[in-house]
Amino acid sequence: MLGLVNGSFYALLSLGLAVIFGLLGVVNFAHGAFYMLGAFAAYIGLQFLGVNYWCALLLAPLAVGLLGVVIERLFLRHLYQLDPLYGLLLTFGMALIAEGSMRGLFGASGKSYPVPELLQGGFNLGFMVLPIYRAWVILASVTVCGTTWFLIERTRLGARLRAATENARLVQAFGINVPLMVTLTYGAGVALAALAGVLAAPVIQVSPLMGSSLVIVVFAVVVIGGMGSILGAIVSGLVLGLIEGLTKVIYPEASNIVVFVIMALVLMWRPTGLFGKE
Amino acid sequence: MRAPIVVYAALAILAVAAPFLGLYPVFLMKLLCFAMFACAFNLLLGFTKMLSFGHAAYFGSSAYITGWLVSVHGWGTIEGILAGVAAAMLLGLVIGAIAVRRQGIYFAMITLALAQLVFFVCLQAEFTGGENGLQGIPRGSLFGLIPLGSDRTMYFFVLAVFVAVYVLIRRIVGSPFGQVLKAIRANESRAVSLGYKVDRYKLLAFVLSASLSGLAGSLKAMVLGFVTLSDVSQGTSGEVILMTLLGGSGTFLGPVVGANMVVALQEYLSDLVGSWVSVIIGVIFVVCVMTFRRGFVGEIARRFAPRD
Repeated sequence: MLGLVNGSFYALLSLGLAVIFGLLGVVNFAHGAFYMLGAFAAYIGLQFLGVNYWCALLLAPLAVGLLGVVIERLFLRHLYQLDPLYGLLLTFGMALIAEGSMRGLFGASGKSYPVPELLQGGFNLGFMVLPIYRAWVILASVTVCGTTWFLIERTRLGARLRAATENARLVQAFGINVPLMVTLTYGAGVALAALAGVLAAPVIQVSPLMGSSLVIVVFAVVVIGGMGSILGAIVSGLVLGLIEGLTKVIYPEASNIVVFVIMALVLMWRPTGLFGKE
Repeated sequence: MRAPIVVYAALAILAVAAPFLGLYPVFLMKLLCFAMFACAFNLLLGFTKMLSFGHAAYFGSSAYITGWLVSVHGWGTIEGILAGVAAAMLLGLVIGAIAVRRQGIYFAMITLALAQLVFFVCLQAEFTGGENGLQGIPRGSLFGLIPLGSDRTMYFFVLAVFVAVYVLIRRIVGSPFGQVLKAIRANESRAVSLGYKVDRYKLLAFVLSASLSGLAGSLKAMVLGFVTLSDVSQGTSGEVILMTLLGGSGTFLGPVVGANMVVALQEYLSDLVGSWVSVIIGVIFVVCVMTFRRGFVGEIARRFAPRD
């Protein structure tokens, strides 16, 4: 069960990563940092501004998404014509800045965020007690992932997005504002990470370092799913979370590394990932 | 990108005179170890354009093996270091074989993820001491003849190894093998069509780079007398990228300059600003990527390069 909760976060994060990579060709190393910032935005909102959980669920992704838009406009934009490695390095620097400043401001220790009243308690399933909040996390993230997938694969906007992924110049020639679309996509991908952060805040401790190790697992998830594949990112996120949760029960020592081992095996068998195309 | 002989002469005098100028020898040795690490890393990034995001895995695991063999099993200095390098070489061979199958950012992400795997193994394994790391590693002596306990003797030993590695890297890059690597960097599909087994060349470059990184790690373990988890962590992998980038990837002296700058910066700033030091490192990363991608040495070399 805990595995599925983790899987929901993996799915949300790798989805954002895959969307950003698909259109921008940038591997967003700062994704974990944005997840952390989302959780901190919720924490700061509750502690200092009296913003409750439900508002934070909306406001934190908006605020962090806006930050993403600014970063794309000021920095990332200038790197598109260069080697994609520079985008990775830039966002790595951004992640260091975000984590360092949060640690400087709030210290390295974890902060707890209360579970909202409406979602406290649990269902008794007979064989186990399912905390309502955990069920809510899974439900919420599956809904968000499903909606995003629908938006990209089944709507006009999504069709334009996919077209711009294939050939940005041609789409621009048809009169579609591609640079704006790119900016908003980055903002949306980042907002998804922040949303995952808010969802995670009551389950785990809010700390400046919560994103840095997670982002590497998410990278592995995306490599397993196949870069740029939306469905691959969602499915492999959930499944790997589940596998990791099972490993925690069967052989706890290996739970940290099981995702990486699976990644190595998948790469030996299918270098492009499970859902990827060459 | 040849630095004039004057520069090398000046650097040689500086390196020999440094411990007599009142600089703390352990700090100087740390500079040399990280400079060696950055040079080894640059062999991949600078001359083959493969960005490995997990080089701390080789640096740290070699340091652990050396530290463990020397302190727990009483191995000699040289044997301990060689065993560490062999471990790094093996690890580089395994990870490299998986990673060279993909290019560019995929390569970066795969090396990063596999290095994280190594990190978790080091965290949980018995012999690494877990969160505490290994402490009290004795320096021993060279071939049982020259004791390395004195900082000044150790400094000249580290300096000699560093010079040997630097010359070796220059030789590798200048060799026919190095020329093939440069051809792969310039145009990989062209190199394939010319009949080169590109993956093998890349794997060999990867293994060489991993082994030399391991040598740097083992030496650092000997110099400082301890190994901690931060030596295998993602942070160290990031730092070596910054050193290479800041100094100038693809130049010989660049990584040396960059490593000196980053290590010195950390040493002096961590007292002044505490945890904000990672913010400063991050800002340097951003400035470096945005404005001078050739790095300091790269920009200077371009300024002085003869126009044709």
